[in-house]
Amino acid sequence: MRTAFIDQLVKEARINDKIFLLVGDLGYNVVEPFADEFPDRFRNVGIAEQNMAGVAAGLSMVGYNVYIYSIGNFPTLRCIEQIRNDIAYYKGNVKIVSVGAGYAYGSQGVSHHATEELGMMRSIPNIVVCSPCDPIEARCITMISANYDGPMYLRLGKAGEVVIHEQFVQDLNIGDILPVLKTDGTEKVILSSGSILGDALKSAKEKGVDIYSIPFVKPLNKCQMVDIANRYSDITILEENQKSCGVGSAVIEVISDLYCTGEIHRFPKIKRIAIEDQFYHLSGSQSYLRKQAGLVL
Amino acid sequence: MDIGKCEDFAKDIRRMSLQLAHNANSSHSGGALSMSDILAVLYSGIIHVTPETVDSPNRDRFVLSKGHCCASLYATLGLRGFLSLDELLEGYGKDGTVYFSHVSHHLNGVEVSSGSLGHGLPVAAGLALGSIASKTAFDVYCLTGDGELDEGSNWEAIMFAAQNELSNLCLIVDYNKIQSLGNVKDIIDLAPLADKFKAFNWKVVEIDGHDCKEIADAFSIFKNEHKKPTVIIGNTIKGKGVSYMENQLMWHYKAPNDVQLKQAMEELK
Repeated sequence: MRTAFIDQLVKEARINDKIFLLVGDLGYNVVEPFADEFPDRFRNVGIAEQNMAGVAAGLSMVGYNVYIYSIGNFPTLRCIEQIRNDIAYYKGNVKIVSVGAGYAYGSQGVSHHATEELGMMRSIPNIVVCSPCDPIEARCITMISANYDGPMYLRLGKAGEVVIHEQFVQDLNIGDILPVLKTDGTEKVILSSGSILGDALKSAKEKGVDIYSIPFVKPLNKCQMVDIANRYSDITILEENQKSCGVGSAVIEVISDLYCTGEIHRFPKIKRIAIEDQFYHLSGSQSYLRKQAGLVL
Repeated sequence: MDIGKCEDFAKDIRRMSLQLAHNANSSHSGGALSMSDILAVLYSGIIHVTPETVDSPNRDRFVLSKGHCCASLYATLGLRGFLSLDELLEGYGKDGTVYFSHVSHHLNGVEVSSGSLGHGLPVAAGLALGSIASKTAFDVYCLTGDGELDEGSNWEAIMFAAQNELSNLCLIVDYNKIQSLGNVKDIIDLAPLADKFKAFNWKVVEIDGHDCKEIADAFSIFKNEHKKPTVIIGNTIKGKGVSYMENQLMWHYKAPNDVQLKQAMEELK
């Protein structure tokens, strides 16, 4: 995913001289193509995320579309107040990019487990929250972000994700929910977001269950949510984030609102598979930690 | 620059700041008074921005990082025609107006909102970098308090600004030696502050922050510096200009009542 991101960003920067990339001293073997081609629009700000977010805010006020890049929780939790006060409040044109969603840096320790930031980003007004499931979605979202004037959070996997989409998703809009497997006749659906969707695919195929990707955790396309709630009576949400604040929370909030306003007349059964308010302190790969946390269908 | 006029302007800023604090029953009068001379000089021909050019891409930017002391910035902007003085006097700190008592960018002539400390300088550094990168030549001024320098984000930005040779960035420290719960030297002593900035590769000018001539000269030094970011350390007095407020911690919190306001206005004639 990170390679798809930087590759697309370089393409966008060739046609848009307002794209600026700041990195917090991370991105070895990833960000070099951008740094080499656009040295005037690239800075390694050092290991200083608060300053990175503030500098990004300042650059955006001069007209740049600024990407701040780091891994895990560093570009989000470490500088959450700068993101809120200096970026989101102004609808600043800043894209916060974090590589290593969920347990992607599993063996590196709890400090590197990005398992709460989805909720934190989601709770701040004005931020579009993106969580692509594969390199294709990551590329599409990067393209959108290059042309979107406002703050976005790009929650990226690391590398080696299962490729879900066979080709570039044409006409993707912010908020769209993408069907991955859709058959007639089933009342059951899996909604997932991020690379963990790849884990669900095999099981969904075997069980004849539909599956959708949620590339944008915020906003969620309301019309599509109405369709999903009307079409399926049994929804399972699989995500790699704390249960209290992630994708499942977002979906349930929308469905609950739709039910209360009478836009849907049935409240589907919703099962949530997410991290149960815990840290996992034993070292392990992403797949090991997903199992430990019970993130399996 | 007419120094006499600057001094008069500073008095007007102080009077208006206290009137605002009185009207809204708001705090932070002491810190508003300590920075008034700096603002008076800055807005007497140093900073290139006028009510007509507030949206111009090449206007100079001013970032008030000690946003709790916005009364004196609002007073300055009101007296210079960026804001309506009547609306300001009536609306400051009141329900349903844009006049928060921490600085808000929703006001004409205000670039950046602040209130949480340690935010202004990183944003100012980004503006300065943006000026250089986009070849839109403008200067960026940022005013911080002294207690605010406890925040690590400032030191991240201080290192960044030197590394990137942001010579168009001027930081002014309102060094009034009193922070929220007491004397700066007893909480996190900043001394030797000038040496700290020198060690961080900044151009350092240390002045009496109430002497308009010294302030103006310091800005000239900044404008002639082409390699390093500049810090002007203004040694100031919290509550400057009002005898009963000077160096008194409680005026970080209190607003002047009718009698106190009257006395202050007399002293500031």
